[in-house]
Amino acid sequence: MTFKTDLRWSDVTPKSLFLNRRQLIAGAAALAASPALAASPWSTDEEPNSLEDITTYNNYYEFGFDKGDPAANAGALKTDPWSIVIDGMVDKPGTYDLADVMSGQTIEERIYRFRCVEAWSMIVPWQGFELAGLLKKVGVQSGAKYVAFETLTRPEEMPGQQSGSFPWPYVEGLRLDEAMHPLTIMATGLYGQPIPNQNGAPIRLVVPWKYGFKSIKAIVKITLTDKQPPTTWNKLQANEYGFYANVNPGVDHPRWSQASERRIGGGLFGGRVDTLMFNGYGDHVASLYAGQDLTRDF
Amino acid sequence: MIDAINRTARRIPAWSIYAAGALVVLWMFVAATLGLSGPDPVKALERGFGERGLQVLIAALCITPLRWAGINLVKFRRAIGLVGFALVALHFATWITLDMGLRWSEITADLLKRPYIIIGFVAFLALLPLAVTSNNGAIRRMGAASWKRLHWLAYPATLAGAVHFVMIGKVYTVESAAYVAAVAGLLAMRWLKSRKPVLRAA
Repeated sequence: MTFKTDLRWSDVTPKSLFLNRRQLIAGAAALAASPALAASPWSTDEEPNSLEDITTYNNYYEFGFDKGDPAANAGALKTDPWSIVIDGMVDKPGTYDLADVMSGQTIEERIYRFRCVEAWSMIVPWQGFELAGLLKKVGVQSGAKYVAFETLTRPEEMPGQQSGSFPWPYVEGLRLDEAMHPLTIMATGLYGQPIPNQNGAPIRLVVPWKYGFKSIKAIVKITLTDKQPPTTWNKLQANEYGFYANVNPGVDHPRWSQASERRIGGGLFGGRVDTLMFNGYGDHVASLYAGQDLTRDF
Repeated sequence: MIDAINRTARRIPAWSIYAAGALVVLWMFVAATLGLSGPDPVKALERGFGERGLQVLIAALCITPLRWAGINLVKFRRAIGLVGFALVALHFATWITLDMGLRWSEITADLLKRPYIIIGFVAFLALLPLAVTSNNGAIRRMGAASWKRLHWLAYPATLAGAVHFVMIGKVYTVESAAYVAAVAGLLAMRWLKSRKPVLRAA
């Protein structure tokens, strides 16, 4: 980790021309309330997308198939109270209140590239803490090799779950070394505010070197296990979505190329940029996959 | 009711279809430019052109069954077909320019490798000679019989368009299934109609 950035959280909001006045005021209030946010060396110095882009263009099938559906339908979701069941191969299993999950963790600003498997991308200023911190707190037992995650099932507040066409709940998983990597965070905030419902409130995973669908939202369960856990998109289309789902311009999706991506926010004439191996985080994560054939383990 | 529709249709000039199509295209482009179509105007435009193109082509396939029911909209059919083709052509052009950014190596790779893109491209190619011959001069030169034989291509082309639409989605939706069902239904009606006399004779 050699690169540094002089970009600070305080630099972000004023640059965001798309923020309306009310959002600016709310953002300023949140900033005043949480002075501990420091610029992270893990952050990119690229310009973040506007809050509007990030909160109105979402894949969150619990609220509908269209990108605008989550913003339209997620308002009814109640995220307080919230607890997470942490079980499996841990020393301290149990049902943890969200406040207990977060206690003792350092909330940091992380401005990450976000690359969707559909070949679009954004830059997102998350706030969150390293998953490793939480796993250390609950004590990972020596035989554990994988971490499994589960999203909330609550059809009455998640209208997409009322249709039977999808195997709810949404589940995802990471290998333990991926989960312990300092880039892997549990995000609870966006642009200095509590993370909006359509972005995965109140707590979601963010793994910036993997396609977006790995970064599971509204997490209610975390299980340490010695077996590779099932993951939703892999169950649906195993030939299209692998367990690893690392961003890889050299391995195409069967139906489209992953060589390049469109950056949301560029407007009608924004064009394309080349997709970077591991979404540009290769210096930090490539070693996790040494000796692995990533065309097979896609 | 049917008479009223036919009377109204007689009063509407066929060119109004072209005007309406042009207005829709203009509005979509303005909306995308002004950011009214969401954070991803490229996809909004590309998808919008493609989906509307499919809808208009399906509308063109409705003209004949409607005539069986006594509603005569035949004078609009050429305009409807050409507007549908224009939307499909814009959809294709949007993909090449605004979406793929003229990255020709990626474009050619997609056109050769990806089944859903191949199917969509074949549909576009099949519509091309139909658009070129959608004028009185072409009918005269070709003769009615061979002109009709060529324009039979509208059926597989529209079906391919609907299949292309279904294949793009990450999941099958009611919406995408509805398009295939609509085209399949319209083609099945023609098939059943063409079989009927045979059945009677037997």
